[in-house]
Amino acid sequence: MSPVWYRVHRVRRETHDVVTLELTPPEGAPPCSPEPGQFNMLYVFGTGEVPISISSLPSDRGELVHTVRGVGAVTNKLIALQRGDVVGVRGPFGRPWPVGELRGRDVVVVTGGIGLAPLRPVLQHLLAHRKTFGHVSLLYGARTPYDLLYRNELLAWRDSREIDVEWTVDRSSGVWNGNVGVVTRLISRATFDPERVTAFVCGPEIMIKYAIEALRNRGMATSNCYVSMERNMKCAVGFCGHCQYGPTFMCKDGPVFRFDHIEPLFQIREL
Amino acid sequence: MTQIPTSKPSIVDTLRKHQVFEGISPDCLEAFAATAHHVSLQPREVLIQEGAPAEEFLLIDSGRIAIEIFVQGRGHVSIETLGPGELVGWSWLVEPHRWHFDAIAVTPSDLIAFPAAAARELLASNHECGYGLLSRFLPQIVQRLRATRMQLLDFYTLEQ
Ligand SMILES: Cc1cc2nc3c(=O)[nH]c(=O)nc-3n(C[C@H](O)[C@H](O)[C@H](O)COP(=O)(O)OP(=O)(O)OC[C@H]3O[C@@H](n4cnc5c(N)ncnc54)[C@H](O)[C@@H]3O)c2cc1C
Repeated sequence: MSPVWYRVHRVRRETHDVVTLELTPPEGAPPCSPEPGQFNMLYVFGTGEVPISISSLPSDRGELVHTVRGVGAVTNKLIALQRGDVVGVRGPFGRPWPVGELRGRDVVVVTGGIGLAPLRPVLQHLLAHRKTFGHVSLLYGARTPYDLLYRNELLAWRDSREIDVEWTVDRSSGVWNGNVGVVTRLISRATFDPERVTAFVCGPEIMIKYAIEALRNRGMATSNCYVSMERNMKCAVGFCGHCQYGPTFMCKDGPVFRFDHIEPLFQIREL
Repeated sequence: MTQIPTSKPSIVDTLRKHQVFEGISPDCLEAFAATAHHVSLQPREVLIQEGAPAEEFLLIDSGRIAIEIFVQGRGHVSIETLGPGELVGWSWLVEPHRWHFDAIAVTPSDLIAFPAAAARELLASNHECGYGLLSRFLPQIVQRLRATRMQLLDFYTLEQ
């Protein structure tokens, strides 16, 4: 599968090292209708290709939205793109969040750092079909107040009172008067019925591990917890074996897994 | 800080709402609530000052309290915030019974305050009640210790 060249239509700076790119397809491009949790391989000419989650529900015009944190060779090029630049897109790939299974259930979304990006389409979906679900909570953690993504949306979601939105930072500064402490601390205070809640968790793996522990402490079954495993991958189609752990290919079997299916991987060190 | 005189049953009712007091025998809860009182705070009102004697400890009924440490050159640094159902302060349990941090209301907050001397006396004289209470307070202490360790890990920088 060769990349389709999308043009950067808009660049929104989220934080000092994160930008959101809105990409327009070339005329006549095959429609791309990603589901929440899927990712594309974004290719920067002459540098390389990386998996990046789709961070918004698809628009009618086929635009794609990706939120990227600059951490290395390719992502630093991606966050430096300007309006009018082109980027290669292969996808969408991967198993999405099982939003179809949420009907009538409480939902708790636990996320930290750039992990909010693949969950943003889930939140957009939940809000668009709000009456279909029980109690919905978003618990979001960032390193500092300056690292919070999608600030205006967070405020709008909270003010809508359609869902409970709580955010916290590990390190406070200045006149910050929000929560301080790791995101897993919000789990013990969140409102949900452990018997009828589904949890979607995404963030650094160590955060996922402690989030699951906190959800378990609230009486939740891990068969109702889904996590997104964003380990490094190359071909994205289960061919090269770069992201293979035992029988599991992160790219095609994931990135979203039911936690009880993937739990043994969390117990293996040095993976 | 406003101390609101209230009848004791309403304090017991308030305590019963919170998980930390779940399963405590009615007699023990009554005894523990006997000397307690309601406290209401406005944002930025100081609840606890570092170095002061830890003469009482508190349960947050509603609102948010910041635990702050004063750092020369940086001013007040908020290290954690606490919410409903969480206890503020352990120094009342541990010699020399002095606070090691400041606690300040972030939002309008309602709390229940327990005089420390009476609480210590109850724990010492009624071991069953004391064990019941401490074994419910301990998980909160452990949870916060774990959270502090995670904060130290600075795991968002490990994402790379
Ligand atoms: C399914 C999936 C979805 C993803 N979605 C997003 C997203 O929406 N936004 C986003 O910013 N990033 C996302 N990532 C992570 C992103 O793919 C990596 O940051 C990127 O591949 C790094 O490439 P690079 O060339 O910039 O850095 P490199 O120069 O290759 O590496 C720089 C540093 O980042 C580390 N690193 C590389 N890949 C990962 C990874 N997957 N996880 C943790 N550390 C890594 C390397 O070990 C190295 O220390 C996702 C990853 C996966 C697997």
